[in-house]
Amino acid sequence: MTSSPVETPLIGGPQPLAPADAASPLDGVSVGVVTFPGTLDDRDAARAVRLAGGSAVQLWHGDHDLQGVDAVIIPGGFSYGDYLRAGAISRFAPLMEQITAAASGGADALPVLGICNGFQVLTEAHLLPGSMIKNESLHFLCRDQRLRVENAGTFWTSEYAEGEELVIPLKNQDGQFVADNRTLDELEGEGRVVFRYVGGNPNGSRRDIAGISNAAGNVVGLMPHPEHAVEAGFGPDSSARGAVDLRGGTDGLGIFTSVLKKLVG
Amino acid sequence: MTAETTSRKFNIDTVAHAEATPDQALPWAELGLKENEYRRVEEILGRRPTGAELAMYSVMWSEHCSYKSSKVHLRQFGEKVTDAMKEHLLVGIGENAGVVDIGDGWAVTFKVESHNHPSFVEPYQGAATGVGGIVRDIISMGARPVAVMDPLRFGAIDHPDTARLVHGIVAGIGGYGNSLGLPNIGGEVVFDSVYQGNPLVNALAVGVLRHEDIRLANASGAGNRVVLFGARTGGDGIGGASVLASESFDSTKPSKRPAVQVGDPFAEKVLIECCLELFKASVVEGIQDLGAAGISCATSELASNGDGGMHVELTNVLLRDPSLTPGEILMSESQERMMAVVTPENVAAFEAIMDKWAVEYSWLGEVTDTGRLIIEWAGEKIVDVDPRTVAHEGPVYERPYHRPTWLDGVQADAFTTSSAGVERPADLREAVLELMASPNMCAKDWVTDQYDRYVQGNTALAMPDDAGVVRVDEETGLGVAISTDANGRYSYLDPYEGARLALAEAYRNVATSGAAPLAVTDCLNFGSPEDPEVMWQFAETVRGLADACQELGVPVTGGNVSLYNQTGGVAIHPTPVVGVLGVFDDVARRTPSGWREDGQAVYLLGTTADELDGSEWANLRGHLGGRPPALDLTAEKTLAAILVNCSRDGMIDAAHDLSEGGLAAGLSEMALRFDVGARIGLDELCERDGIDAFTALFSESQARAVVSVPRSEEVRFNDMCTARNFPTMRIGVVDTENRALDVQGYFTLPLDVLREAHEGTLPKHFS
Repeated sequence: MTSSPVETPLIGGPQPLAPADAASPLDGVSVGVVTFPGTLDDRDAARAVRLAGGSAVQLWHGDHDLQGVDAVIIPGGFSYGDYLRAGAISRFAPLMEQITAAASGGADALPVLGICNGFQVLTEAHLLPGSMIKNESLHFLCRDQRLRVENAGTFWTSEYAEGEELVIPLKNQDGQFVADNRTLDELEGEGRVVFRYVGGNPNGSRRDIAGISNAAGNVVGLMPHPEHAVEAGFGPDSSARGAVDLRGGTDGLGIFTSVLKKLVG
Repeated sequence: MTAETTSRKFNIDTVAHAEATPDQALPWAELGLKENEYRRVEEILGRRPTGAELAMYSVMWSEHCSYKSSKVHLRQFGEKVTDAMKEHLLVGIGENAGVVDIGDGWAVTFKVESHNHPSFVEPYQGAATGVGGIVRDIISMGARPVAVMDPLRFGAIDHPDTARLVHGIVAGIGGYGNSLGLPNIGGEVVFDSVYQGNPLVNALAVGVLRHEDIRLANASGAGNRVVLFGARTGGDGIGGASVLASESFDSTKPSKRPAVQVGDPFAEKVLIECCLELFKASVVEGIQDLGAAGISCATSELASNGDGGMHVELTNVLLRDPSLTPGEILMSESQERMMAVVTPENVAAFEAIMDKWAVEYSWLGEVTDTGRLIIEWAGEKIVDVDPRTVAHEGPVYERPYHRPTWLDGVQADAFTTSSAGVERPADLREAVLELMASPNMCAKDWVTDQYDRYVQGNTALAMPDDAGVVRVDEETGLGVAISTDANGRYSYLDPYEGARLALAEAYRNVATSGAAPLAVTDCLNFGSPEDPEVMWQFAETVRGLADACQELGVPVTGGNVSLYNQTGGVAIHPTPVVGVLGVFDDVARRTPSGWREDGQAVYLLGTTADELDGSEWANLRGHLGGRPPALDLTAEKTLAAILVNCSRDGMIDAAHDLSEGGLAAGLSEMALRFDVGARIGLDELCERDGIDAFTALFSESQARAVVSVPRSEEVRFNDMCTARNFPTMRIGVVDTENRALDVQGYFTLPLDVLREAHEGTLPKHFS
C-alpha cells in the first residue's frame, strides 16, 4: 500500500472477500441472504457472512427452495418500497413460507436474522412480536449507534458477552419498536430483549429496545446494521472496544461469527 | 383501453388532417415556443405541425432540452480539450453521461444535473425526482450507480419559506436516494438570500462499469424492436422541461405544480436491478432513459443517433391515466421509465427478465432505415418528422450580452476599506465562534444524517471530509473520490474567476483526500439568458471554466445548464457547481480531514494574503464587493501533487483544504472531526506573509491546505515541499491532552464550546 518504512498512517487495505482462513471449518456453513424487490443491503450482508468465514447463498423471494442453507439473513432495505407498511407485502413471498416453517421447528430450528427491514418483515410474519413505526423525529436517521448486548445466549450473539457494548450504524425511517406492555414485560422477563440502545434512544423505541429474539433464540431481529461494521476502513469511526482507525469499527462481525460457530459446534 | 382509444381516434389531429387544415391555430405560445421557432417548425415540415408534432418540438426545443442559448458557449468545453486530456476519456460530452477510464478495465461515469424549478414548486417530489433522473442517466450508460451527492442552495436561513424548502428537499433526496440503496457521500448546503425564490437543487450520481459494458443511446438495425418499460405513463410532468424549467417564476401566473413529476423510488430500484440484468445478459442494443421531454426525447434521440428511422404505435404505451391525449403522452415526464432497442431474437430473453422483476413493458414499434420518425395513433399517422430536426437541429441563439454596468462599482468596493470591514474584530475567539456557527459554516449533520452513507459497504470517506470516496474494486481497493464546489459570491464579483475558483476548489478537495483528479462535470445555474448581463456572466463562466480545465488538464465530461433561475427581475448569483472526480489505486490510503495522534506536527501549505472580498467573514458582515481571491493554477497543481504523494507515501495523517472561512474554519473542522485539539502559533506566519492574526485566520487565499505530519515523516515531508518549491510552515502541534483549539497568544477555545456553536445552528432552525 505504501513505500513508507515506518508506521502506516491510515487503515489496513480492504480485506479479501474469500474467507480469511481457507481451511476454516466455518467455510462449510452456508447462510442464505434473501433478496426481495427493493432490498438494499443484501450484497452487504453476504459480504459480512464471507468476512466472518462462512459461505453466502443468494436466495430469491419468489423461490420455494431454501437451497439447504444452514441459516438465513433477511437484510435491510425498502422491500416493496415499504408501501402499505414496512415488511407487510414481503411477508407473503413464497420463500417466507419456507422460512417461517423452518424457523418455527423444534430443537434444530433454522437460525434467522432480520436486519432493519428484515426485522420489520419478521414482525409482519409473526416470527417476532411487536411492530415498527416511524421514528419519533419523523426523519430518516443515519448515525453510529451504541448498543448493549442484553442476551448473549442466542444463535446470533454467542460471540459476545452479556452487557458488552457495540457501535453499529443505524439507518432507518421506521425504526421505533412498539408493543403492548404485556408483550414488553414478557420479552424482558424471558430475556428476549437481545440489544438495547445506550447513550440516547434514537427513535423512541419502547424501553430502548433495539433487537429481540423469539423464545427459542434462533430468530433475532434488530434495527441497526451489523453488516456495516464488519470491515476495517468501511465501518463506523468508533468502536465500543476502544480507539480504532478511520472507519475502523468492526463490532458487528460477532453477529455473523456467532451463528457460524454455533452451527459448526 | 383499446375501445377507448378507438373511440377517441376521431378527435386526433393526424398528419392528413394537418395537411387539410393549414390555417388551424395551434397553442404554440402556451407550450413555450416563440413565434420564430413555430415558423421554423412549419418550414421544416412544409405544413403546419400536428398537435403531437407541436408537443414534441415544443419540449425538445425548450432551453432545458436544446441548450439553445448556451450551446454557442458550451462548445469551448470540446474545443479546449487537448489530446492529453482525452487520455482517460472513454465517452465524452453529448451522451447521457461521460465515461472515464480508471484502470484495470474499470470505468466510471458521473454527472451533475439541476432540478431547481420543480424543487421550489414541490420540494419533496422535485428533489426526489432530481435524484431519480440523474441515476437513470447513469444506468443508461450501462453502469451500476454507486453513490450520489447533492449540492443545495437555499435562501436566508431565517426566512419563513426556507424551512418549507429545506424540510421538503432534504426529505425528498433522502426518501428517494435511501430507497435506491445509494450512499450519499457529499455535497453542499449554502444559505444566501439570492436563492430565496430560486433554491438550487443539483444532484450528482456516479456509476461503475467495465469498459466492455458501455451502452449508448442509439437505435440501430432496421427491424429491431423498440420497447418502453418501467412505470406507466401518467399526466405528471407535462411541459416540465418547456413551461417550468425554461421560464422565470412570475407570481401573476397560476401555480405550476402539475408540471412537477412524482417519484416512485421502489419502481426505480427495481428498474436499476432489471437494467443491470439486461446488460449482463446482453439483450439490449441501445438504451435511453426517459427524463425531460419523455417519449419525445427518447424516440427522437434514439432514432437520430442510430440509423435515423423509427416507427412507433403510440396506443401501445401503457397508461396510468387513459384520458391522456397523444400530445400529452409524448410530453409526459412520468418517472422511472426506460426505452430500449432489442433484436427480434432477444425479445424472449428480454421479456423473461422483465417478468422476473415484475416490470411492465410494452413493445412500441421498430427501428427503420427511412430517416423518418413516424408515430401512429391507432394506425393513423400523427407524427412524421426527421428526428434530427427534433433532437439536434433546434434553434441556436447568439444571445446578446454585455458586462454589467454595476460591476465596476461592486469591484471597487473592497471589504477591507468598507465601513463593514475597516474595523477588525478585537476578540478573535468570538469571531471564530460566530463564523463556525454561521449558516454556511455550521455542521450539516442535521441534513446528512437523513441520508444513508453506509449502504453498499464501499464508502471510505463521506461528509464531513473533503471528498466522498467509494471503493470500486473489492480485491484491489481501486476507488474514486468526488467533490462538488461552487461559490456564488466569487462568481458575482467576477464570473470568469469565480468559475476557475470553483474548479480549483473541487480539484483541491479531491487531491486533499489523496486522489489524483481526473475529470470534471458541471451544473451551470444562472438567471435569464434573455438578460444580456446574465448572459455575459454565463459566457464568462464557461470561458473561465474551459480555460481552467485546460490549464489543470482535466476535461469536462458532461453536465447541465439551468437558466431562468430568477424571480421577477432578480437573478441568482451566477453559480457554476463543479464536480471533480479523482482516482485512488487503493482507497485504504485516503486522507481524512481531522488529526488524531498526539504530537503530530500541523503544517500550513501555501501563502496567505489579505483576501477577504467575497469571503464568509465579509458575508457575515453583510458585505459583498471587491474581487475574489487571486488564483494561481500552477500552485494548485503543485499543491495537489504534494497532497497525492503524501497520501501515497504515508507522509500525512490528516489534510483539509482551506477555502470558505479560511484557516479559522480549517483548524476548527480538523479539531472537531475526531474531537482532538491542537496548539497553534500564528506569529511566524503573520511575519512571513506580512498579515495580522485576523487575516491569517479569515482570509480565503487559495492553494492552501493544512496537514498533520507524523514526527517520523517531517524531514521527508519538508524535503518534498522544498523540492517542489512550495511554501510550507509548521504552525502547531496536535494535542490530545487538552481538548481545545489553542491559538497561542490569542485565544483558547474548548472543543465542547466550539462544537456546541458549530452543531447547534441547523437544529435550532429546523428541528
